[in-house]
Amino acid sequence: MKITLGLDSTSLTRRYPRLAILVTLFMAFGVPLSLYVAALAIFPLNTPERLNAMAQQWLGFNLAGSPYRYLVYTGFLLLVAFIAVNYTAVFGGVSTWVERRVAGRMQSRIGPNRTGAAGFLAWVADAVKMVLKEDTIPASADGLLFRGAPYFSMVGLLLPFVVLPFGESTVVTDMNVGVFYVTAVTAFVVVGILVSGWASNSKWALFGGIRGAAQVLSYEIPAGIALMVPVLMAGTLSMQGIVRAQGGYPWDWFVFQNPAAFVAFFIAVTSSLAEGNRTPFDLPEAESELVAGYHAEYSGFRLAIFLMVEWANMWIMGGLAVTLFLGGWQVPGITDEMYKAALGTGLVPSPTWFVFQALSMLVFAVKTWALVFTFIWLRWTLPRVRVDQMMSLCWKYLVPGAFLCFIVTLLWQLLVPPVGVKITGIVFTVFALVLLVKFLIDTRRNIDKVKGDRVDLSNW
Amino acid sequence: MAEAIREYFGHITDVVKTFYQGLTVTLSYMLRRPMTVQYPDRLEKRMADMLPSRYRGLLEVDMAVCTGCMACERACPIAVIKIATDKDPTNPKQRVITQFDIDESKCMFCGLCVEPCPTGAIQHTHEFESTMKSVDSLVFRWVADPEQPAPFYRPVKGQDAPRAPLGEILRKKMAETSWIAPPSILGPGGPKQD
Repeated sequence: MKITLGLDSTSLTRRYPRLAILVTLFMAFGVPLSLYVAALAIFPLNTPERLNAMAQQWLGFNLAGSPYRYLVYTGFLLLVAFIAVNYTAVFGGVSTWVERRVAGRMQSRIGPNRTGAAGFLAWVADAVKMVLKEDTIPASADGLLFRGAPYFSMVGLLLPFVVLPFGESTVVTDMNVGVFYVTAVTAFVVVGILVSGWASNSKWALFGGIRGAAQVLSYEIPAGIALMVPVLMAGTLSMQGIVRAQGGYPWDWFVFQNPAAFVAFFIAVTSSLAEGNRTPFDLPEAESELVAGYHAEYSGFRLAIFLMVEWANMWIMGGLAVTLFLGGWQVPGITDEMYKAALGTGLVPSPTWFVFQALSMLVFAVKTWALVFTFIWLRWTLPRVRVDQMMSLCWKYLVPGAFLCFIVTLLWQLLVPPVGVKITGIVFTVFALVLLVKFLIDTRRNIDKVKGDRVDLSNW
Repeated sequence: MAEAIREYFGHITDVVKTFYQGLTVTLSYMLRRPMTVQYPDRLEKRMADMLPSRYRGLLEVDMAVCTGCMACERACPIAVIKIATDKDPTNPKQRVITQFDIDESKCMFCGLCVEPCPTGAIQHTHEFESTMKSVDSLVFRWVADPEQPAPFYRPVKGQDAPRAPLGEILRKKMAETSWIAPPSILGPGGPKQD
């Protein structure tokens, strides 16, 4: 059999369709799933006490008294970081494929569908292409800053993963200032944008950088205030604490528990869209105005990092909103006591505990993906706003709105008894469901308006 | 003041309403069938058969019904068509076409040659896949061999010219010529062509 291994992946996909499906399934489910399993296996161990106890019991080795214990602890931390970084990269890649396919269908076209089954491997091909490209640094650029800028963006993307939970116990660490920490470290991304804009020594890049700085600094304020609403409701800044204060059912979620939180949810999501430079707030890179904005001069792997940060940021944005407002990883029907009981006192938790953990991770992933899909959907619905519109939206609408939500939440916490909160939760859940149904009916009506059009998901 | 307040809240309701509307529109398009035709390999039938009837693809000449009037050659604005006629040496009354070349690599598919043709011998087909191994193969020689010239066709009054089905001759010709390798630029003795 003659195999021509050209760069034409299409022919390989078509020549070996079964192999293509296998590779696609492996990349689509095998890789993320193995990362999840690794996270489930390693994240809960990641405390010195647990490691000490395990070394004592299984290896008979007194790790706590060993002079090399910090090496072991650091090694485990690096392993945890490795898993988180890989998860980010895989999510960033997969979300570009999802975005392109969704965008395609929304515009009556198909999107990438040649590389791998359903075109899924397009993101791998993109990454390979990016890495193979020449890494250029403009002659008049500030070399050190130009090379350094992607690191700032990358760090701003990766640091929130320290407190962002994947599930009940699968979190790197549960800081008692979690929310504060996240709002602080996400601002690193804008340092990268500003530095890259400045260091490129190109007017478009500089415009992009300055716009990015103005935008992110402005939207930090409504985002910060809106994120305070769930903090007030839970009485803690810890991400896990906020999730534990909510419940599995929608009426136990913070977003439905008081009207101010409902508004604050939308303010927080809008602000995080602006902070993550997603359309309709992609002014720093506005390709029709600024070529590509702050990364106009970048190529190769550095550009890949900027793009990965942009897409992987969706997980942070979605995950943060899910954690603070939408009940996080809470599985309906599984309470804190059940987690504790399943954990037991032994070194290795019971299988029930692992099932519970897997369920909680699944719930969190599904909720976050739903939000990520909404972000993508918004991007292909709305045009880019102008700079003055962006500023007036922030300062004239979101900032006063966020402050109002803040004050209403304070009063709500003081004045409304738990029964009232429960009733509000149920009323808002019903309202949201009715809105969803009406939304689907309106969508259906839009399809029926055009003669001959119908719901048809073929032509992949 | 009251108006300013109304305007302020009007903006908010406008944003909410238009977001809602816009999202229903884009979602409804996501659920419809994309317009894209997946040429070349996910089609129910050949692309050439799906094109509109007046599509102007590669030119085809049916020499059996060509009257040798040279109207097409005169009509061509960029002199892509080259026709030569001669007397039949065996039958002096019969005139023959010894050369009928169309250089499709120069043709701009304007259709001006098709219009004056009295019998419909020269016509646009729906074929468009004109990739050839050698660009020389794009010069279509409708009289393949000058030693066997095509006699002029005499139209019969009140009867349509019996033209071959559109595209058949062209497809046969392309199957013969499209894989002919170009002459080596290094001349004979250069690296062997595959």
